[in-house]
Amino acid sequence: MSKLNTAPNIAAPDDFYAELIRAHDGLDDDASAALNARLILLLANHVGDAEVLRQAIAAAVAAGQRG
Amino acid sequence: MLDDRYSLEFKLYPYERSADQDATAPVRHPVVVVGGGPIGIATALDLGLQGIPVVVLDDHEGIGIGSKAICFAKRTLEIADRYGCAGPMVDKGVVWNLGKVFHDDRKVFEFNLLPEDGHRFPAFINLQQPYFEKFLVERLRRAQAEGAPIQVRGRNRLVSVETGDDRVALEIDTPEGRYAITADWLIACDGAGSPLRGMLGLDFDGRVFRDSFLIADIRMTGSSFPTERWFWFEPWFKSGASTLLHKQPDDVWRVDFQIGWDVDRAEELKEENIRRRLDAMLGPDTSYELVWTSIYTFQCRRMKSFRHGRVVFAGDSAHQVSPFGARGANSGMQDVDNLGWKLGLVVRGLAPDSLLDSYDAERRHGADENILNSTRSTDFITPKSRISHVFRNAVLDLAHDHAFARPMVNSGRLSVPCTYDGMPLNGPDMLPGGPPRTRVGSPCPDAPLGDGFLLRHLGGDFVILTVDAEAPERLEEGGITARRLALSAADDPTGALAARYLGEATSAVYLVRPDQHVAARWDRFDADAVRSALRRACGREGRS
Repeated sequence: MSKLNTAPNIAAPDDFYAELIRAHDGLDDDASAALNARLILLLANHVGDAEVLRQAIAAAVAAGQRG
Repeated sequence: MLDDRYSLEFKLYPYERSADQDATAPVRHPVVVVGGGPIGIATALDLGLQGIPVVVLDDHEGIGIGSKAICFAKRTLEIADRYGCAGPMVDKGVVWNLGKVFHDDRKVFEFNLLPEDGHRFPAFINLQQPYFEKFLVERLRRAQAEGAPIQVRGRNRLVSVETGDDRVALEIDTPEGRYAITADWLIACDGAGSPLRGMLGLDFDGRVFRDSFLIADIRMTGSSFPTERWFWFEPWFKSGASTLLHKQPDDVWRVDFQIGWDVDRAEELKEENIRRRLDAMLGPDTSYELVWTSIYTFQCRRMKSFRHGRVVFAGDSAHQVSPFGARGANSGMQDVDNLGWKLGLVVRGLAPDSLLDSYDAERRHGADENILNSTRSTDFITPKSRISHVFRNAVLDLAHDHAFARPMVNSGRLSVPCTYDGMPLNGPDMLPGGPPRTRVGSPCPDAPLGDGFLLRHLGGDFVILTVDAEAPERLEEGGITARRLALSAADDPTGALAARYLGEATSAVYLVRPDQHVAARWDRFDADAVRSALRRACGREGRS
């Protein structure tokens, strides 16, 4: 069974993070939410594996419930 | 006393006094159907063609006005063909394959239903419901002329019902007063508002959708709109949160505007207000005539059980879905297809009445699948939260350039029959390498056969379908006969028959139910195995 990779996997994390934030530059909340949604859908399709996607959703939900 | 609830498109069964009204004691009937809509008439036809006496009660004298259901799926046409009335439906109906999806002012993408070759019937036809009903009633009249024991009693309203262990007592109102009859079996085909369900105090729970839709059927002669299904999300012409345009026969177009929950129905239905929406969409220079207008809201719900002793519910009385995906009338026809042969066997004493519990199990399974699909469509078309709306539009924004997002665009998943996976009547699936689409529980897919098609040869009884395999020509088990249909992969040079029924196998034996669903399959004939599967398919043997 495929498993969600939650170990570090991005070679230059600071670069990616900056690029992600830069993509939202000048967007209001609605436009940012829309961008995020498009991004999630593109990435989800790239992953493709239903089990991995399920684990990713669960991990995202769980991380928001802490503290 | 017997007020009309709606006006008629076609008056087809005017009130006539029946002998039952003059009988000294209530006359007993094997089967009484309540409701003369498409599902009730089809039920009567199914039973009548089997020679089972059936009485249909309807509180009107014909078919109600309004196009209502307009999309009839291939499976419905196949069922109608078994009853002998698909021809006029296809002749009158509009065949369409191409759909276009728009968001605001741009086309997101288009899709072609690309119907698979080698089927007698198209994936869909568009046909106003009154025509569909009229062709069923006309077939029923021909069946009566040929001796089918069917009576249709117009302006006969069921006013009370008393259920017992061995029969149901009915009281019926007519223009000439009340009379009583009894029924061994009562079939409720009296629609989503089912008065019978109310009389029995039965549940009908589900989810209400807080939105309204305005239907305008318009006649445009010489219109340049092609025969396609056009669906707009958030259309630029602002006539609704979504809009559907779909072609019907007689130069009529169905336009369906999503107009929100808190609307003043009387105000919205004024011609000038409907025309304002239409003019914004069609442009000020398009001329058209309003044929029928209506506002509907809907729920997705079903009864917990479709069988209550001697009362069986079919069609909208048992389950209701959103109209997206054409799963209302089409699923009702599948109910009839499922119920007809079972009730026939029970009435003739060839199967225990517990066989009808399998109708309940199989068609609840079908209803749940339809409710799931139509709820998902509805949630996509009318997002219920801000974030749901954000994702919906994200899908639409991506779909223009990226193929991956197009399958997520859900403006209605069009009705296909369900497979009865894991149901109690199913026998063994022992065809190694057999195609998944003809696994046990599946509706048999059509295939070319010489100058005709396979399903015509299956008909409405049990069939042992052999493909390059030996079997006896008939097999009888407890009064039920299965006849053989002997085929060879070579019978169909297109290869469709082999692809649909053999797959990787070199020979196959299918036991096919009267509703053309697969009861069991093997790679070769084994008399004991087929007998056992036949008993199980008739509810005479439990799962071993």
